[in-house]
Amino acid sequence: MPEHRLKSLTPLGHDKPKTTTHGPITITEIVDVALASLAIRRDQAKAFTMAATAIGIPLPEPGHYKANSTYRAFWLGPEQWMVEAPFASHEDIVAVLRPAFGATASITEQTDAWVRFDVVGSDLPTMFERLCAFDLRRHGSGSSTRTMIEHLGCYIVIHSDEKFSVIGPRSSAHSIDHALLTAAKSAF
Amino acid sequence: MTQIRRISGGRIDRSKTLNFTFDGKAYSGHPGDTLASALLANGVQLMGRSFKYHRPRGPIASGSEEPNALVELRNGARQEPNTRATVAELFEGLEAKSQNRWPSLSFDAMSINDRLSSFLTAGFYYKTFMWPASLWEKLYEPLIRHAAGLGSLSKQDDPDSYDKGFLHCDLLVIGAGPSGLAAALTAGRAGARVILADEDFTFGGRLNAETLAIGSDSGADWAVKTAAELVTLPNVRLMSRTTILGAFDHGIYSAVERVSDHLAVPMDGKPRQILWRIYSKRAILTAGAIERPIAFENNDRPGIMLAGALRAYANRWGVAVGDRLAVFTNNDDGVRSALDLQAKGINVEALIDTRANAATVNGLRHIRGGEVVNSSGRLGLTSITVRMANGGTDIIPVNALGVSGGWNPNLNIASHQRGRPVWDDAIAAFVPGADGPAGLSAAGAASGAFSTHAALQTGTMEAVKALAALGIAAKPIEIPKAEDAPVSITPIWYVRSGKGRAWIDQQNDVTVKDVKLAHQENFRSVEHLKRYTTLGMATDQGKTSNILGLAIMAELTGKPIPDTGTTIYRPPYTPVAMGALGGRSRGEHFKPTRLTPSHKWATEQGAIFVEVGMWLRTQWVPKPGETTWRQSVDREVSATRQSVGICDVTTLGKIDIQGTDAGLFLDRVYANTFSTLGFGKVRYGLMLREDGIVMDDGTTARLGEHEYVMTTTTANAVPVFRHLEYCRQVLWPDLDVQLISTTEAWAQYSVAGPNARKLLEKLVDQDISNEAFPYMACGEISVCGGLRARLFRISFSGELAYEIAVPTRYGDAMIRALVEAGQEFDAVVYGTEALGVMRVEKGHVAGNELNGQSTALNMGLGKMVSKKKDSIGMVLSQREGLNQDDGLRLVGVKPVDPSKLLTAGSHFIAHGKSTVAAHDDGWLTSVVFSPNLGHSIALGYLKNGSARLGERIRTINLLAKTEVEVEIVSPHFIDPEGERLRA
Repeated sequence: MPEHRLKSLTPLGHDKPKTTTHGPITITEIVDVALASLAIRRDQAKAFTMAATAIGIPLPEPGHYKANSTYRAFWLGPEQWMVEAPFASHEDIVAVLRPAFGATASITEQTDAWVRFDVVGSDLPTMFERLCAFDLRRHGSGSSTRTMIEHLGCYIVIHSDEKFSVIGPRSSAHSIDHALLTAAKSAF
Repeated sequence: MTQIRRISGGRIDRSKTLNFTFDGKAYSGHPGDTLASALLANGVQLMGRSFKYHRPRGPIASGSEEPNALVELRNGARQEPNTRATVAELFEGLEAKSQNRWPSLSFDAMSINDRLSSFLTAGFYYKTFMWPASLWEKLYEPLIRHAAGLGSLSKQDDPDSYDKGFLHCDLLVIGAGPSGLAAALTAGRAGARVILADEDFTFGGRLNAETLAIGSDSGADWAVKTAAELVTLPNVRLMSRTTILGAFDHGIYSAVERVSDHLAVPMDGKPRQILWRIYSKRAILTAGAIERPIAFENNDRPGIMLAGALRAYANRWGVAVGDRLAVFTNNDDGVRSALDLQAKGINVEALIDTRANAATVNGLRHIRGGEVVNSSGRLGLTSITVRMANGGTDIIPVNALGVSGGWNPNLNIASHQRGRPVWDDAIAAFVPGADGPAGLSAAGAASGAFSTHAALQTGTMEAVKALAALGIAAKPIEIPKAEDAPVSITPIWYVRSGKGRAWIDQQNDVTVKDVKLAHQENFRSVEHLKRYTTLGMATDQGKTSNILGLAIMAELTGKPIPDTGTTIYRPPYTPVAMGALGGRSRGEHFKPTRLTPSHKWATEQGAIFVEVGMWLRTQWVPKPGETTWRQSVDREVSATRQSVGICDVTTLGKIDIQGTDAGLFLDRVYANTFSTLGFGKVRYGLMLREDGIVMDDGTTARLGEHEYVMTTTTANAVPVFRHLEYCRQVLWPDLDVQLISTTEAWAQYSVAGPNARKLLEKLVDQDISNEAFPYMACGEISVCGGLRARLFRISFSGELAYEIAVPTRYGDAMIRALVEAGQEFDAVVYGTEALGVMRVEKGHVAGNELNGQSTALNMGLGKMVSKKKDSIGMVLSQREGLNQDDGLRLVGVKPVDPSKLLTAGSHFIAHGKSTVAAHDDGWLTSVVFSPNLGHSIALGYLKNGSARLGERIRTINLLAKTEVEVEIVSPHFIDPEGERLRA
């Protein structure tokens, strides 16, 4: 990436991502992931899917998350996915993806639209049932959904029984962080 | 005081002693006690005063149905009124106070009301406080409000926190008595996801209060064993201290879990209570039954209780409520109470049985065909008067009396969603009907199956049935041998004797006479009966009284009970603390906040913030020496107009619109044309609702062949996005358009003022001269040596202005870079107030003008509505009524005397016209002080406004009591030709 002179801040307003631990729960702000929404343009499904396969972007079914080596993705809506890639190599993620998809896709940078917290610990459903209506005990790793947490539309990605991601609106990072920590304290 | 009424047995932990106080006096109890059981163990029967007559009262029940024993628990900020002593778990150091009495519980001055009872009958308020109407608000209402209510509030902030959450299950079992445990065990063993909730702190329900055996165990031990097995099943969630409050649509139930109420203070970080929303596929109501009293004269003295409660206190808590007891019954279960009490070694003086033909009970004085007709004792029961079958009377000295009029299935939850109970003659009670909440069935006593065997049997079978409907095969549990006595009852509701008052609803002091009066005055429908007499209102919601009142009304009207009707219940099942309903949403966390990318910088500068929806925006940034907001705002405006100002405009909605039909889509959602917009250009757009009224405005930039970025107002960011999604998905699914919000992805700053370009040239890597980047240009650029950014040459202030956007993580660095680069130009950062001043000076509309009632024509933007293409709202904007010449038009307003300040919301009234609505010519929408002009200016909607430029008119604000003569001018106060912004 070009060497510009502007320094980035994390969604919580720090130089470095914040990590909080309470009991068995660790909540970490994640900033090294670039995001883009990827939507199929009309009548381009076939070419789009081929392009995605070629570049290695998974296209999971509704309610799911899938990871390949460089790219990971979760389902956003009909014919639309959120694609994750390493920030270091994909800071300008649209510029990276556009050549692969050409006119088959609408691609929009979403990296800084969101704050992501990874929550690691045991018995996460006991904490998350205080946060959202998503039936976590019925959904295993690879599940993802959009749900409301403290009035905010957030995505939850279940990586494993012991690791969830919460992806919510960046401007409300403090509110989400507070909600997660309060729920952790209430549960454990 | 020692626990003088404590007897052997019970499920309390006698190895530990808990100290507590009631009305300042010290007592002791044991873990497992409730406040009521501990007080009764200490010989305290008097626990409260009644609501209306201030009659001395003690508990009549041992559970959550209790109407009388309401106390204030704890002290200081944690003080809570109207807590039922019968369900308050005892803990070390508990402080309780009686309420609704003055000066003391034993001597209450307000008991004078009892002497005035003949005046204070049902309908007293309706009849007494009618005239004169002038006294309603000033005298009567304050008087009634003062007398009303029980207990008092601490008026301090609640120091505890509350939580809320969501649970999911295949089967929700409501109540953990024998039927609930059997149902949960059946479903749990079958692998179904089960939630078993009970309001008690221990499982077993009535089994804990009985001596009945299940198999070779006592009922209570069977409950312990069953709960122990359930704990081992990972698919079963046991929730004690959890009350199911209500049944809602689609199998959703609400519940409150009392996490910390049994502790003096919640543990660190733990909530006091959690409000759960439970999503169930099926539910079984196994909430047991509630005993009902028989009304007789003076049946409300402390010491007179439901017989089952007397039995529960003895069996579960090892408490003899009195040492000389009697039982008054019309059914076999009352006989069981008498025998249980006698077996505990308590002196049962008499069993008064209304049934002349009841089977004789040996070993005690069984008065068959008898009735209790009265009682004596000032602050507690000392004797009862019994009328024998032969008509003679006997006075029996007792200090406790158990009364049993039969049991009512506890069908409260089943009647939510207007489920109508059905009368069952065999048990003389209502049972849940078939039209209750979908997916809910009842088992055990809640369904009218009263024996222990029937409870187990129906519990397991209902679980099998419920799971079968879900495709889960479950086997019924093997039913252990258990009591299976049939119900034998001869209904009697009240004793026809005496002229005194016989209480039906002890919480609201409703008597048999009140029901008769309601009947006499033609309030005969059950709904009228309830409201006229207050029967069944307040904290207990008539759990012990409703059927009694109904039965008496039935008798008076000569109709059978089922034909008289029944009132149905609604949530919540028991009272809920307001804190639990609020959950975590309180104080600064009442709602989430949204912080702008410059928030950290602005905080460091001491900026003043304003809430705009959830956003916190900089309102102004005070400098040292500035003592009023006007000084700061005037400075920010002047500096921007003279040199350059910077403002965080990230909050404006940004919607990324892509697709081969994006241009066509924009043509349809905007009133003006966008398909002709060139690459690298921005256009102002006006969006109408279907009815032709303006919905929102903003700019849209074309960044590529099929790529646009729309901006919306801050307030309408979400509604506009929702509207566009609706258009895309529902109206025109054939269009190739993809949408996503990018509001938060980009930190966007406005840089405005004559030196805006000079400032930006220091940061932007490309040529942005007027030739290279003219007015309304946009493009993808880079800043500060290579960071990708977007630049839009648009202006809200009327100045030469740009909006520059960088990825949000660099937003903080960008504001600092802009401020630093601006130093040589004396650049300021301005907030929403200065923004507002400058847009009014320029004559731009904003929220005050986009008021949901105004058209483009009203705003002076009528020509923007293109008739060459179809767009949402175009047709209806042409309605005759919206296009009259004398309609409202946006105008500028200035005071004739520049020293006069205008007041927002003032109405235009012509000279010589009276100040009445008929002469209203419009109003001032936005008022600011213009430091550039040196006086107040305003925008307003004026009838036929465009034809009235130069006219003088009055602006009058009746609320602020202001009147200012103004001159109508063009709304463009500054640079009407737009030379500055094109510079």
